[in-house]
Amino acid sequence: MTSVPGLWAITRRSLVKDLRLEWRSKDAINSMLFFALLVVVIFSFGFDPTAEESRKIAGGLLWVAILFATVVALNQTWTRELRNQVLDAYRLSPAPPQALFLSKTVGNFIFVSILEVLMVPLFVVFYNLRSVGPWWQLLVVALLATWALVVNGTFFAALSIRTRSREIMLPLILFPISIPALLAMVDATTSILTGDNSPVFWMRLLAVYDLVFTTVGLILFEPVLNAE
Amino acid sequence: MNDFQKEIGAPHLPAAGERGNQASQPVIQAAVYVRDVVRHFGRFAALRGITADFAPGRLYVLLGENGAGKSTLLRVIAGLLAPSRGTVHVLGSADIRAVATRFGYMGHAPLLYDEMSAVENLSYFAALYGITSRARCEEAIRTVGLDPSLERRVGQYSQGMRQRISLARAIVHSPELLFLDEPFSNVDVRSAKQMTTLLARMRDQGTTIFVVTHQAALMEPVADECIVLDAGRLVTREKGIPARLLTPYLAEERAALRGEGAREDVEAPS
Repeated sequence: MTSVPGLWAITRRSLVKDLRLEWRSKDAINSMLFFALLVVVIFSFGFDPTAEESRKIAGGLLWVAILFATVVALNQTWTRELRNQVLDAYRLSPAPPQALFLSKTVGNFIFVSILEVLMVPLFVVFYNLRSVGPWWQLLVVALLATWALVVNGTFFAALSIRTRSREIMLPLILFPISIPALLAMVDATTSILTGDNSPVFWMRLLAVYDLVFTTVGLILFEPVLNAE
Repeated sequence: MNDFQKEIGAPHLPAAGERGNQASQPVIQAAVYVRDVVRHFGRFAALRGITADFAPGRLYVLLGENGAGKSTLLRVIAGLLAPSRGTVHVLGSADIRAVATRFGYMGHAPLLYDEMSAVENLSYFAALYGITSRARCEEAIRTVGLDPSLERRVGQYSQGMRQRISLARAIVHSPELLFLDEPFSNVDVRSAKQMTTLLARMRDQGTTIFVVTHQAALMEPVADECIVLDAGRLVTREKGIPARLLTPYLAEERAALRGEGAREDVEAPS
């Protein structure tokens, strides 16, 4: 007889498996990158801002582009598990469902972070951006905001995988729920770029949002995974 | 009695609440205990009051036409589907997660990642059961007649090879109870025979095995009991697989397996 595996061990194994699958297929990264690149280029053609105006609108443009690109990655995450009904193999195992949720969330966090690392220099070039505030605060906002997007997104993507038009369903559910986080990440980024206001309030809001939705996701993921 | 039941010459129609295991030994503790299980998909009733006990250490073959409810019954017992009504106990527990380490399941689909090799797939799924030994995964692959050193990704395997890897995945944690849904689809006759020999060996070592198949002839030499479902009902349950349940097509397969091969040798169903 075998023993029931632990949460962290399975989270780590599932994460390594997801990274390996993504490395081999590049389904999520490629589609995210092309989508985000298109958005940035089209926005740059649509506006011709001065350096000052750029600092005011860049936060909004950047996070909206990342949000749209994240949805593309989130759909891929669970589509992979539905192919060959692999998700059933996980459901049948004694592994904790929360480990799957955590590994998918961390995996998506890594994919979206890679996207951000590639996108931000492009934004700086296209919009001639120079931050007035300290750059390390941008890093903190990026970490908190990315987690906010993926923790919600991973949960709602799992919720919508068995619906007929899941590509439409996910943004319909995710975007309204993400509005407080989106507001916080855009305002925090703009505050740092312009140096006009302190971003601390928005950063705290993002931290609370992350905490609440991570907890809710962990609690509710098991019934979502086993829903028929 | 409907046409299908007449066709198979159903000798026994278990009533709701009846034990329905006339062919088996007296059951002391059932490996699987099913009481009045009903499963609806919308307004369609896929299972209509299945009641049965299944003793441990036996090999059961579930037969029936497409849509009879065989796969649904297996999925309900394995906990992949909740019954709309009724009770299921597996290995003495009503909570399937409590006994998850003790049973294995092989589905219609292979339940494998196409982008990973056989060993990578098995290592991952074995880890879900707390098994970290690569040697054990390789042993499971060898058990189903494949070479664990194959580094090709599963997506590049033939359908039959994928079925065998899927079986290896289902048995890698040495389950006491094994559910196999159409294990022989797209598997060549020789490999299928190897698989049935493996199943018989596992049964002899005490594993309880359920096989859903349309290829009854393949299972006929090793089956302890057959359970026939029709329109969501358990219509008959008998020792082995009686000849009348082997269709001409299946009997032909059996003849081929025994090296007879001649069409005229095949007995037509009664």
